[in-house]
Amino acid sequence: MGDVASVGLLEKKYSRRSFIKGVIAVGATASSTGYMLGGPLALGAQSIPGAIERLITLNVNGQDRRVDVLPNETLAMTLRYRLNMTGTKLGCDRAECGACTVLIDGVNHYGCSMLTHQVRGRAVTTIEGLENPDTGELSLVQQAVLEEGGFQCAFCAPGFIMSMEAMIKVNPNPTREEAAHALSGNLCRCCDYDKILTCAMRAAELARSV
Amino acid sequence: MADKLIGTDIAPPDLVAKITGRAQYSEDFRPDGMVFAKMLLSPMPHCRVRSVDVSRALAMEGVIDILRADEVPQREGPRESCLTDEPHYEGEPVLAVAAVTEEIAAEAIEAIDIDFEPLPFVLDPLESLRPGGPTAYSDGNLYRRVPGAEQGAPATFVDFKWTEADFVEIDAGRMPSDAEAVSEWSKGDVDAAFAGADLIMEEAIVHQSVTHHPMEPRTNMAYWENGKLYAYVSTQSAQRTKAALAGAVGIDPEDVVLIAEYCGGGFGAKISGTTPMQIPAIFSRKINRPVMLRITRYEENYVGRARPGFQSWVKMGFQNDGKCTGVDLFIVEEGGAYGSGDNGTAGAIADLIYTPENMRFRAVSMYTNTPPKAAQRGPGGAQIVSMLEPILAKAGHQLGIDRLQMRMINAPDADVEFGPRGSTLTSVHAKEALEQGAELFDWTGKQELSGRREGAKLSGIGVALSPYTAGSRGFDGLMIIRPDGKLYVHQGIGNLGTHSIADTARPAAEILGLNWDQVEIVWGNSSRGMPRSSVQAGSQTTHAHTRANHAAAMDAARKIRQIAAQALGGSPSDYVLDNGRVSRRGGGAGLSFSQVAERAIQMGGEYDGHELPEDIHRETVPSAQMLAGEGLMGVAKDNYGGDGGVYTFVAGFAHVEIDADTGVVDIKEFVGVTDCGTVIHPRNLGAQLYGGCIQGMGMAMTQRWVFDPRYGVPFAKRLYTARPPGFLDVPLNMKWAAVGIADPQSPVGAKGIGEPPVGAGAGALTAAIADAMGGTCLCRTPLTPDIILAELEGRESPFSKLDQHVG
Repeated sequence: MGDVASVGLLEKKYSRRSFIKGVIAVGATASSTGYMLGGPLALGAQSIPGAIERLITLNVNGQDRRVDVLPNETLAMTLRYRLNMTGTKLGCDRAECGACTVLIDGVNHYGCSMLTHQVRGRAVTTIEGLENPDTGELSLVQQAVLEEGGFQCAFCAPGFIMSMEAMIKVNPNPTREEAAHALSGNLCRCCDYDKILTCAMRAAELARSV
Repeated sequence: MADKLIGTDIAPPDLVAKITGRAQYSEDFRPDGMVFAKMLLSPMPHCRVRSVDVSRALAMEGVIDILRADEVPQREGPRESCLTDEPHYEGEPVLAVAAVTEEIAAEAIEAIDIDFEPLPFVLDPLESLRPGGPTAYSDGNLYRRVPGAEQGAPATFVDFKWTEADFVEIDAGRMPSDAEAVSEWSKGDVDAAFAGADLIMEEAIVHQSVTHHPMEPRTNMAYWENGKLYAYVSTQSAQRTKAALAGAVGIDPEDVVLIAEYCGGGFGAKISGTTPMQIPAIFSRKINRPVMLRITRYEENYVGRARPGFQSWVKMGFQNDGKCTGVDLFIVEEGGAYGSGDNGTAGAIADLIYTPENMRFRAVSMYTNTPPKAAQRGPGGAQIVSMLEPILAKAGHQLGIDRLQMRMINAPDADVEFGPRGSTLTSVHAKEALEQGAELFDWTGKQELSGRREGAKLSGIGVALSPYTAGSRGFDGLMIIRPDGKLYVHQGIGNLGTHSIADTARPAAEILGLNWDQVEIVWGNSSRGMPRSSVQAGSQTTHAHTRANHAAAMDAARKIRQIAAQALGGSPSDYVLDNGRVSRRGGGAGLSFSQVAERAIQMGGEYDGHELPEDIHRETVPSAQMLAGEGLMGVAKDNYGGDGGVYTFVAGFAHVEIDADTGVVDIKEFVGVTDCGTVIHPRNLGAQLYGGCIQGMGMAMTQRWVFDPRYGVPFAKRLYTARPPGFLDVPLNMKWAAVGIADPQSPVGAKGIGEPPVGAGAGALTAAIADAMGGTCLCRTPLTPDIILAELEGRESPFSKLDQHVG
C-alpha cells in the first residue's frame, strides 16, 4: 500500500511537464550519489524535497534489489549508475532512440523516460537478464541475432533486442512489415535495418518452434 | 584442409558481448572514486568571456573543481581547443566542472556567473563573402598565407570578399559563374567544350550541412596511475587515437594507455578520437580522480561534428549521344568554426563520374560560426553525387536518352585519369556494377514507372554512381603464435561496427592454414600491443590491413618453415602449413604450432620478436618489443606497393513514389551493387552497403539542420528534429550484389566499402525524385515534403534558392 500511495504522490507531483523540467533541464541526468558515495540518503537529496521514500525495492531480472533512488531519477540511470547494469544504453536521454529500452512486465519501455519510482512492484527485465541464469544459454532472440550476425556498432543492440523480445510475445508470426513497425521505436544509426529485421524474423521463427 | 575463410559469413568475435550487454563502451566503466565533469557551453555563436565568477559553484557541496580554458593547450589561429574563452559556435565548451555526481556538476554550471561579450557572427558562407558582411573570426573569414609569400611564411587571417556585382546575381538566386576562387584547377578547354555541346545544363545547387549523430555520443573517461594516462575514449581508430591524445595533452604516446574496445559509431566524427577527450585527461590530472565526461545527445549536436554544406554552381555540356564533354563547377563550402575541405574531393569525384575531357573546378571554403565540420562518410563525394546525378537525369529527359545509358557512357574505365593531378586507379569496374545493378533492379522493366502518375502518386526511378577512396598502403602487421598453438592477431585499427578488426585477420589465418577458431583477435587496449595502423576512416582498413596482416603472416610462415626445416631437416620450401601444424609436403614429419612457438621462444632473435625488421614504423616497435619472447612473431610492413589510388564504386538504383498531396517520398525499392574487389565477408559487406546507402537517404531527405539566422543558434538540436532514417523511412525491399573482381595490386584483392554507398543511396534517391517530377531538378537537400510540395504546387519557396541552413 505504501508503494502505491507514494507512486500516486509521485505521479501527481511529476506531471510530464515537470518531469522534463526536473530531469532534462539539468542535462538529462539523475543523481548517482548512491554509486558515488556508497550510502543511501546522501548528498543531493536536499535539492529536490519531497515526502517520497528513497530506499525502495526494485525487481530487476527476477531479483529484488534494494536501492536508494531520488524522486526524479530515471530507470535507465538507476540501472546504469546504481545497479551497475550498463547493458542498457543511453543514446539520447529523451525517448528518441530506444537504446535504453527495457521490459516492464514484459512490455518494452524507454528506460530514459520512466521514473524509477514508477516501476516499484513491477518486473523489470534488462539485456543482462535474458540469458538463462542457470545454463548461461542465450535467449531465442539473442540466438537469432548471433545466427544472423546482427548489428554493426551495436550501441543500439540491447534496446533493439528488448523490443524484439516484446514483439515475439505479442506477435510471434509477423510479416517483415509488422516486425518493422514493432521495432520502429528504436533507431540504428548504422542503418543496419535489413539485417536487424532478418534477426527479428528469425527470432520469431525460433519462438514458434519452441 | 583448414577452412576457407575469405568470402564466408563469420560473425565477429565480439558479437556475444554486444548482444548480452557485456560489451563496454566508454560510459560503462566505473573506476573507484570516479567523478563527473559537465561542460559550460557557449550560448552564442561567437562571443568572448568578459568575466567569470565561480565562487558560488565552488562552494556547492559535492563540487570538486573547475577547469578553465587557460589550463588546457590553446592552439593558434582557427584551430580548436577543448575549452575556449572565445567560442566560435553556439555550444562550444567554455569551461568544465567536476563534481561527485553529474547532477551536482550540472547544477554547478548553472551557478557560475559568467558574462559574455557578443561578437559578430555569420552562418552562411555567402554572407561572409558579401562586401561589408560579417566574418566568423574577428580578424577575417579566411586563414592563409599571403599569395606570393615565400614558402614557410605564417598564415594570417584575411577578409575575403566577392564583388557587389556577384551579389546582384546571388540576391537573384543565381550563383555567379565568375566569382573569385581560393582554389582552382582545370583541364582541357571548358569554354570550347560548351561552345561545341549539344545540350548545356546550368544549375545552382545547395547541399545541406548535417550532423553525424552516431548512436554513442563522444563520452569518455580518464584517470592517471603511476604517471600514465588511462583513457577510455569513444573513437573510430585505436592506435592512432593514442598518438593523437598524447599529442593533444603534450605527453609521450608511451605514457598513454588507450582503451577503446567498442565504439558506438563514428561515421567520420571520431576518426582519431575527439576534441572533448582531452577534458577528462587534463581534468583528472588536475584533481587526481577519474573523470567521466558523459556527453548527452543535446551536447553531441554541438560538439559532435557535421558534414559541411555546399552552395554551388555547375555548368555541364553534353553531346547528343549523352556523353558529358565539359564540367565547370564552383563550390562555396560552409567550413564551420574550424574549417573544412570537402570541396577538393567533390571536384575530383565530379571529374571521375562524368569523365569530361574538359573541366574547371573552383572553390571557396569559408569559416562560419556553426558547429565544427569533419569528414562524414564519403566526405565531398556523397554531396556531389547527390547534387549532380539529378542533373544527369534531367539531361537524359531533355536528350531523350535512357539515363542508365547516359550513366554508362559517362562512367570511368580502368584507364581513367581524373582530378587536378590526373590520378589513376588500381582497378575500376564501375560499368560492371551498373550492369549488374540494372539487372537486379530490372531497370528496363521499370521504365514504365518513370514519371507515371496514378491518382496522387508520382513514380520515378533513378540511378547513381558513387566512387570513393577505399584503401591505403604501408602499414604494419603484428601477430604471435603462442605456445597454446593459437594465432593472436594484434589490431591497431578501431572497432566501430565495421567488423574489420576481425575480417582483416582472415588472410593471415588462411596463409597460416588455420581455422577461425584457432585465431584470437587482440584489439581495443593499447597496453596489449598494437602495430602502427591506418586511421579507421576513408574506407582504408579492409584494404590496408588485409595487406598488412598478409605481410605479417607471410613473415610468420617463413619463420615457421625455417624452424621446421631446422628441426626436421630438408629445406623450408618442403613444408606446408595446415590446421595448426607445419609438415613435410606429401606427409611425414611435422610440428604443431605449439611446438613451433616454443622453439621460436628458445631460438629468440627474429623468431620470437627480439630482433625486428628495420622498416617497421617506430610506433610498432614498442608493441613488438613488449610481446617479444611470448611466441613466434610475425611482424612486417606492407611493402607490396602499388601505383594509383584505390577506389571502390557503388551503383545505386532507387524506385520512389511521391504523394503529390503531401509531398512525402516513399522509397519503394533500392538496389546497390559494388565494385570493391575481393569480398571478404559477404553478409557484412551487404550490411555496410545498405547502411551507407540509407545514411545517404537520410542526408538527402529525412535529416534537416535548421538555424535561426538572427541569433545564429540551431533549431534542430536533437534526433527528432534532425531525424536519421528509422525503420519506417527505409525500403523493406533492398537488394545488393558485388562485382567481386579482385584488385590486382593487392595480394588479397579487397578494397574498402564504408564511404561510397552514401552517395549511391543519396544520388539514386535525388535522381529518382527528379524523374518522378518529370525531370525537374530541385537542386537542394534535404528534399523534405514542404520543398517538394511547394515545387509541385508551383508555390514560391519561403527562402532564397541559395540559402543555407533553412531546410
